[in-house]
Amino acid sequence: MSSETLYKSFVNAEKKNRAALLTYTVGGDPNKSISLEIFREIAKSGVDIIECGLGHGANIGDGGAIQDSTYRALSGGIRTDDVFDIIKDFKDESEIDVIIMTYQNKIMSYGEEKFLEKCRESQVSGIICVDWPWPLNLKFSDKCKKNSITFIQLLCPTTNEERLNKILNDAHDVVYYISMLSTTGQKLKVSSNEIIERFQLIKKLSPEKKCIIGFGITADTINDFKKTDACVVGSALCREISNSINKELNPAINVGSMVRQLKDNLNS
Amino acid sequence: MIQLQKGVPLIDQHDENGYWGGKFGGNQIAESLNHPIEELENEFEKLRQDDTFIKERDYYFKNFIGAPTPFIKLENLTKYLGGAQIYCKLVSKATGGAHKAYNAVVHSLICRRLGKTYIGGDTGAGYAGKMLSMAAAKFNLKCKIFMGAKDIERQSINVFSMRSYGADIVPVNSGSQTLVDAVSECMRWWTSENEDSHMCVGSTVGPTIFVKICAWSTAQISREMKKQVIDEFGEVPKDMKLINCVGGGSSAAGFWNEWIDYDNVELIGVEAGGPEGSKKHAAPLTNDSPLGVLHGATQYVIQDNDGEIEETESISAGLDYPGVSPLHCFLKEAGRARYTSATDEEAIEAFQLVSKNEGFVSPSLEPSHAFAEAIKIAPTLSKDTIIVVDSCGDSAKDSKIIAERLGYKI
Repeated sequence: MSSETLYKSFVNAEKKNRAALLTYTVGGDPNKSISLEIFREIAKSGVDIIECGLGHGANIGDGGAIQDSTYRALSGGIRTDDVFDIIKDFKDESEIDVIIMTYQNKIMSYGEEKFLEKCRESQVSGIICVDWPWPLNLKFSDKCKKNSITFIQLLCPTTNEERLNKILNDAHDVVYYISMLSTTGQKLKVSSNEIIERFQLIKKLSPEKKCIIGFGITADTINDFKKTDACVVGSALCREISNSINKELNPAINVGSMVRQLKDNLNS
Repeated sequence: MIQLQKGVPLIDQHDENGYWGGKFGGNQIAESLNHPIEELENEFEKLRQDDTFIKERDYYFKNFIGAPTPFIKLENLTKYLGGAQIYCKLVSKATGGAHKAYNAVVHSLICRRLGKTYIGGDTGAGYAGKMLSMAAAKFNLKCKIFMGAKDIERQSINVFSMRSYGADIVPVNSGSQTLVDAVSECMRWWTSENEDSHMCVGSTVGPTIFVKICAWSTAQISREMKKQVIDEFGEVPKDMKLINCVGGGSSAAGFWNEWIDYDNVELIGVEAGGPEGSKKHAAPLTNDSPLGVLHGATQYVIQDNDGEIEETESISAGLDYPGVSPLHCFLKEAGRARYTSATDEEAIEAFQLVSKNEGFVSPSLEPSHAFAEAIKIAPTLSKDTIIVVDSCGDSAKDSKIIAERLGYKI
């Protein structure tokens, strides 16, 4: 069951006394085959869970680096089915869990049921939907559960404690904490300590749930989060893909080495 | 079939999750925007019950925007076309030249009440941005306007105004470089800066609270017109048709607001049909586009079968938007309003015909779409039918585009 393997990935990291490392790249950036290669390299470089963006042109939560990646994938003709193909090909050869991060219109236009069926076929373990907040997402989150897919609720610094409690109550066993008020990839504008305090509050309210921390984390700051459950790096990797393409270098190799560095920094 | 409720303001006919008719609108936003949106909802509900705030609003509407704008009979056009009597609500006489001033003033007043010092907004034709920067200057707010690079180019006259009012104009180079991308970028900005900044969505689109505030503001148009209609005819005419262009839908929502419960008043919305023969129209209601989520709300959206928003094309920057207000989706679904479209060419012809016949009325390209429909149907109707067109913008900002199209050099 995909939702179980996902939770286990966090538990496995915890057993080794470290936070799980998640990476985010946009599925199909810059094209289908290199995107798959990037996943393979990331997998070899010690990632625990892969977050795969199913890009949407009218995204409202992404900063410049991820917008560039999304634009490259979409203008290269990448469709939802292509992203599922990439994930399926990767999963056929790897045990590493893959979660999809996307926007509601991508799911709605594909059809909720069909989308989930396709997630199962491609062995997707979880879904994050940026613009589908609690409680509007509850029906869909139930459908995910029935399909053994973890729907990952989002929390942020201005989610008050009452709302936090309600969301955690309805959440599956993994949640995502948006570390600061911003789009993706901006410079961290709160201190790591403040983020960890909020993380600890979430853990106090719901000790069993695993909490991913994302937004603004880079190789320089990742070590601050080694005692949390998990953290995700996205924009830095997307920027590396852009840089590699501009310099006509192999993006997969370069992203891979960046992930190794992140992993080292997280554990040092 | 979805039913409208009589006696309940249209903006309040949504359910607890913000959906009109159970499916249009809502708050499909990132969690980071939940708090500022709740804060805004609470403030707006408080302010609309607050007499001091209403007095303040009316003071600025009257003395700064110039309410009421004229309601006039277009005698020459009526005579020329034969058939229905054509009237015009000359909203373009509002200070700044369009209806966007109402929403801009209300948002600026709310921004001050929230204790925020920065206001940001999107703009397509440049009117929303121009009025917001005008109001921001008056109310001592710092102002940021997000505008598609393509629109900056084609609406340079309004861009000049915004700069004069001291606004910081942020060119948006992503995607189609038009309104749709400007709104996305503005929402991204607000996601980061909402602690001390307020966002003004320029039309009746976006999360439910923005739809409500905008329609509540533009409702001034029909509130004052209702008095003018009764002064003119002694009663509400038995057969009246209100024609308005629809892009995002803010001027139509305001023009129709007081008339929703009058069954004898037909509401006709005219979308942008784009260049003749083009499939890149901006008419999601007319062409039965599928339901989708755009900018935080569920609405009919021009999109491909992968959920990607498709580029639209219209000579009128103000109508060049792939989605449409949830309010209009609701009115269409309830059968209360009828929606159609006019092409670029029809709009240009309408502009020429109206300007030539009436002189004092020179509609911008947006209301020229509404006039095109009036011109189409007036000759087929009897003189007992009253057509009122909302001339919601002045052509000055479009002079470059129209002149080029007609082969003049200015």
